[in-house]
Amino acid sequence: MNMSTAAIDLAGVSKSFGDKIIVNELSFSVARGECFGLLGPNGAGKSTIARMLLGMMSPDEGKITVLNEPVPARARVARVRIGVVPQFDNLELEFTVRENLRVFGRYFGMSARKIEAVVPSLLEFARLESKADVRVAALSGGMKRRLTLARALINDPHLLVMDEPTTGLDPHARHLIWERLRVLLSRGKTILLTTHFMEEAERLCDRLCVLESGRKIAEGKPDALIDEHIGCNVIEIYGGDPHELTELVRPYARHIEVSGETLFCYAQYPEQVRVQLRGRAGLRILQRPPNLEDVFLRLTGREMEK
Amino acid sequence: MGESYAALMPTNASNWIAVWRRNFLAWRKVALASVLGNLADPITNLFGLGFGLGLIVGRVEGTSYIAFLAAGMVAISAMTSATFETLYATFARMDAKRTWEAILSTQLTLGDVVLGELVWAASKSVLAGTAIGIVAATLGYASWPSILYAMPTVALTGLVFASLAMVVISLAPSYDYFVFYQTLILTPMVFLCGAVFPMSQLPSSFQHVAGLLPLAHSVDLIRPAMLEHATSGGAALHVGALCVYAVVPFFVSTALFRRRLLR
Repeated sequence: MNMSTAAIDLAGVSKSFGDKIIVNELSFSVARGECFGLLGPNGAGKSTIARMLLGMMSPDEGKITVLNEPVPARARVARVRIGVVPQFDNLELEFTVRENLRVFGRYFGMSARKIEAVVPSLLEFARLESKADVRVAALSGGMKRRLTLARALINDPHLLVMDEPTTGLDPHARHLIWERLRVLLSRGKTILLTTHFMEEAERLCDRLCVLESGRKIAEGKPDALIDEHIGCNVIEIYGGDPHELTELVRPYARHIEVSGETLFCYAQYPEQVRVQLRGRAGLRILQRPPNLEDVFLRLTGREMEK
Repeated sequence: MGESYAALMPTNASNWIAVWRRNFLAWRKVALASVLGNLADPITNLFGLGFGLGLIVGRVEGTSYIAFLAAGMVAISAMTSATFETLYATFARMDAKRTWEAILSTQLTLGDVVLGELVWAASKSVLAGTAIGIVAATLGYASWPSILYAMPTVALTGLVFASLAMVVISLAPSYDYFVFYQTLILTPMVFLCGAVFPMSQLPSSFQHVAGLLPLAHSVDLIRPAMLEHATSGGAALHVGALCVYAVVPFFVSTALFRRRLLR
């Protein structure tokens, strides 16, 4: 990828704490206007990568370039054009919604007039017009997240870095955030998001990088990854002895994974598998299209913790 | 290493103001309670010690004890306001409330944040010093314009003790450790530095050590200003010493915060 068009470029980046390797020779590139996901379980190094992109942590090795600025050396300059949604809300709880935006605008050196000019559109974007003068402490979790998102937009950033933007939200609030993020993508913003939600990654990301223990284990478009690594139907079977069931369905499966008491059977012709299981009492069988969860299971031999 | 440390320094002379204004907005919401809380302690001390002890002590260094003490109380309250603001409120913003984390994701540097916090804490010292000065002047223990002359020193004293407390919070794992700083450093300083009784009462070896402490320099500047005496030992020396006490901990704490927050 051409350096001048990439929003983010990591080359051979490593980071350790003591003798614990958090990020291991990671390289990837994010194009402008793209939504790029870092997908992995807790402890895969996602937050560490997000912090390194912002210059809030220095890599031990490797090179990071964000919006054409070398990071961390010129991270401050890059941050002028970055919006950040942190993993944990760090809003001013005693301030009103409007005051939160105002105070944050000042951190970017914006004049009072400029701030007041953009606040109404940010309130509208976050669907918080009616809450403008309410203290943040009185808002719901979903509203707080939307305010955090609006706050990240106050400097009209080119790039948004979001660390687990919907973790801890209920499904309704989560869908609302996803919808807002799609609006931002349609406006040409670049988004880097970390997540351990497969659904979030599949719905939003143009491309993603699957991480395990700080290493990249796959990278590509979500459906291409699913096609490449799975490429057939999935039958989840629980309620029986998975090892006995494995023997039973093996001839008809392209691949089998056992995780806990669940058997994941990947088969071109799921009917053949179902015939084998017919008449066995107590089994619960779920047939579904493959998803990123299956890719992760295939690549690592384990399920991602939810 | 040196280059990346330099990148943490304030980027210009005005970025810190955004941090100061954030704290001012938060303070404005609780201003009344904050002012009363900050004033009750020094004013109680002033009256309790001034009237009670003043009767026994009589005159000190050619003035009434309560006037002598009032000047000391202005210095002490400048010290404690800045210290407590930094130890508790700034520590919360740096740690549990994640305010610094939010600010550091903008274009501000760690140096901007630390500087904004220092000036804010010094502002609270000025507020406390002014209030006690007003009480003292109203009661006739200091002249009105002298309060004004004392204020630059009060502000500098606030910067010094905010800066020193900044080093403490950059190292302390939790609030529980602050008590060591208060009991082992600040409380002895109150008694060593001539705030409540003249330093000449101390054994001479103590006097030498005490003369180096920041509060002694503050007292040596504030008391002559309030009592309209000449400054002993040269004002420039005291100002210079206070500046060193304000500036050196700023650089030390910024380096320590980097180790704590930006690794």
